[in-house]
Amino acid sequence: MPFIPHTAEDVREMLAVIGAPSIESLFDEIPANLRTGSLSEVPAGLNEFEVMRLMQARARQDGSPLCFIGAGAYEHHIPAAVWSTVTRGEFYSAYTPYQAEASQGTLQSIYEYQTMLASLTGMEVSNASMYDGATALAEAVLMAVRANRRSKSARVLMPRNLHPHYRAVVAATVGNQGVQLEELPYERSVGHTAPHSLAPFEGQDITALVIAQPNFFGVFEEVDALTDLAHARGAFVIAVVNPISLAVLKPPGLWGQKGANIVVGEGQPLGCPLSSGGPYFGFMSTRMEHVRQMPGRLVGRTLDLDGRPGFTLTLQAREQHIRRAKATSNICTNQGLLMLAATLYLSLLGAEGLERVAALSMQRTEQLAGALTAIPGVRRVFVRPGFHEVALAFDRPLAPVLAALSQRGIEGGFDLSEHYPELGPSLLTCATETKSDEDIDTYARALADVLRAARAA
Amino acid sequence: MSLPLREKLIFEYSRPGRGAATQWPAAATAPPPVPAELRRTQRPLLPEVSELDVVRHYTRLSQLNFSIDTHFYPLGSCTMKYNPKACNAAALLPQFAYRHPLSSAHAGQGFLACMYELQEMLKAVTGMRAVALSPLAGAHGEFAGVAMIRAYHRSRGETERNEIIVPQAAHGTNPATASMCGCVAREVSVGPDGDVDLDALRAAVGPRTAGIMLTNPSTLGVFERRIEEVARIVHQSGGLLYYDGANLNAILGKVRPGDMAFDAIHMNLHKTFSTPHGGGGPGAGAVGVSARLQPYLPVPIVARDTAAAADATTAATYRWLTERDLPQSIGRLTSFAGNAGVLLRAYVYMRMLGREGMQRVGEFATLNANYLAARLTQLGFEAAYPTRRASHEFILTLRRLSQERGVTAMDVAKRLLDLGFHAPTTYFPQLVSECLLIEPTETESRETLDAFVAAMAQILREAQQEPERLQGAPYTLPVRRLDDVRAAREPDLVFKSDAA
Repeated sequence: MPFIPHTAEDVREMLAVIGAPSIESLFDEIPANLRTGSLSEVPAGLNEFEVMRLMQARARQDGSPLCFIGAGAYEHHIPAAVWSTVTRGEFYSAYTPYQAEASQGTLQSIYEYQTMLASLTGMEVSNASMYDGATALAEAVLMAVRANRRSKSARVLMPRNLHPHYRAVVAATVGNQGVQLEELPYERSVGHTAPHSLAPFEGQDITALVIAQPNFFGVFEEVDALTDLAHARGAFVIAVVNPISLAVLKPPGLWGQKGANIVVGEGQPLGCPLSSGGPYFGFMSTRMEHVRQMPGRLVGRTLDLDGRPGFTLTLQAREQHIRRAKATSNICTNQGLLMLAATLYLSLLGAEGLERVAALSMQRTEQLAGALTAIPGVRRVFVRPGFHEVALAFDRPLAPVLAALSQRGIEGGFDLSEHYPELGPSLLTCATETKSDEDIDTYARALADVLRAARAA
Repeated sequence: MSLPLREKLIFEYSRPGRGAATQWPAAATAPPPVPAELRRTQRPLLPEVSELDVVRHYTRLSQLNFSIDTHFYPLGSCTMKYNPKACNAAALLPQFAYRHPLSSAHAGQGFLACMYELQEMLKAVTGMRAVALSPLAGAHGEFAGVAMIRAYHRSRGETERNEIIVPQAAHGTNPATASMCGCVAREVSVGPDGDVDLDALRAAVGPRTAGIMLTNPSTLGVFERRIEEVARIVHQSGGLLYYDGANLNAILGKVRPGDMAFDAIHMNLHKTFSTPHGGGGPGAGAVGVSARLQPYLPVPIVARDTAAAADATTAATYRWLTERDLPQSIGRLTSFAGNAGVLLRAYVYMRMLGREGMQRVGEFATLNANYLAARLTQLGFEAAYPTRRASHEFILTLRRLSQERGVTAMDVAKRLLDLGFHAPTTYFPQLVSECLLIEPTETESRETLDAFVAAMAQILREAQQEPERLQGAPYTLPVRRLDDVRAAREPDLVFKSDAA
């Protein structure tokens, strides 16, 4: 039987010990009229060979397109050592480290992760990770409402140039708790949130300002000015950052005079495969003064009975299994394996490797933008510099262009038209260090062909 | 067994100039064009270590862990069953691993077909009308469920319905979820036989009732026998029923939440459908709903377009439904489409089990739990609900042992670690004093269960003869009991290098 080791003799003897006539009789407390018949809609079982043949066929159907989509998930080289270690059974098939003595491996790796993420973001403390970037932001908004005691309004300013999915997730998550989200516009020609866009809120009670660096368009924000303006109004600053970019960008802990209060972001670029959207992990870091309002697991170093150092889950009085309805969040998990992958990735890359990834990604994106804007009918949308992504305006609707590229095995980018109709037909496209001169050339030639054909039609 | 005693921190291996350069890309030809005021000026604290340093360090750390692959893990309410290797191999096939979440449906028909069929199989085994796969964990699925219940009441103008009823012994996530959704959690008591007290329930429901959150079999390891009466009381009051799928393994193939009149459920795919727990994640918390909640499901959901299928040369057969297709949806709860790689693993597991294998899960999980309960009570351990049939898990209470010998549930748990078994869940549910919640799962053999019984017999002997031996356990692990008070009072949450 699949994954059930019992022999017929085992079953007979076990039932005798129980004193039950049959396995069926063990379900005698379930009312008879509720019992399930056959599960005829579920297919019959497959053996491992058959299921792998099916999955390989399905995978081949998806193919391996040349992909220039970023928009919050990025293709980077993942060292082979990362997943060969992460999928070791001792990590892969372990539970949450509640029994600390039997989980020192998981606990120590979380402590190392917390150290790396706190340092990368320039903050004092990081938790053991959240579900993903968008949910981490939603939790950061709720945390700011709890922790910013100077503010009573529960009003949070969200820039329009923040990832549209993040804005949607925050709205769906915090709406039931009465948090008010207000949109900040961006500068149409520049793509960033101008500091003067905060002027209308002068003298008002604002709980927090969200700043994305780089923003969804890949454009850099004036983080120092925005941070200081927010703090001057008594608002918290919640930073949303790309972790690779932090190799070359000023960490949020150093933004403005006092630094951001909470930092979150999508951890996927740090060693997690794109995998159609997950599993990824969200990271969250903050200052020690706010740690008791932080959601999620935390690991601390302490001493055992014999005075030797060891690691344990700590400050659990924030969490649902202790505080129940009064917990900081209902979250009951971290993205353990993904966080572990990031810890290995950051160890293998180190500061220098990470700087190279960031610098080469910027160079490749710039190269891509140059190649594509050399094609008639394609131009840049924004003039301000940025990281990883570039927004390009087109002289015709994008959907047919992207579909034609997809037929040629190229995923060209993210169509901005649905979420930003004010930009007209425009594309967010991205190249990381994984794209070669040939890749960029292939894309540019295909796009030129497609646009030429479209004009001729 | 012998475990390595201690492993340095990765930072302590760091030496300037030792970095794993094979993993680095070529240097850019010019410095990154970052405006001076936005530039980083001090490097982050990351180690400079060789690839071998990294592999050896994290391999050694892994060896400090207990896991299903190395140990019996009878952790109640957590369903620590074997995670088949094929599930991981399939999910990491390169085309799946490298597929961008925003890729066109054209470049994802294979993946989307798996997701669609997973939705269909989950509907079949739970008896629900529709399923959404995006919630990222059990508690995230709970959030989706309660948010849908609120949206349903709001659409009927019943905005005052904000009370969520939970039984005393509910998982902590239930009341915490109620709070996250802006509701108030209201506890109802449980009778001495473990079933919900129906009089207390009748007194609790009313015009403010949004719904009830129930686990069945309950966290007490027994089946809620009067579930139909519970459903009637809640539905008649205008409330809806939420099924916490934490214990779905117990009844898989035997009774379906949809047939018990639940309106919303979440399924912990990392429990019942055997995706890895990963030392605390990733999970996946797909949700299922009855017809009345279907319009409110979170997006995205995979649809099968039969019109397009007729003409195989044109458009995609499978596609994502978004807010545009489902205007009443509670919205988007995840950056992208959910923990897709976890969903693929669950899909492969379900295809390997098939309909017959699925029905055997509940049967053998229940057989193992009842066998273990019988053997342990024969040894002299006290069952918390001796008159009830164990489901896939059961509770022992050590109140007598603790009064007579000063040996607590914690002591027994720690001693089990010495004897090579992961501890059962301790001190949950809080309703039962000095409790051990034990769940063996269907994938364990009789020999493993017998070895666990022998360890418990040894512990019982030690409790009589030398209780201090238990009170000081464990002795053979990398650390002994840790000072949790010190950890909380003087938080040491990050390593500080002397150089920094």
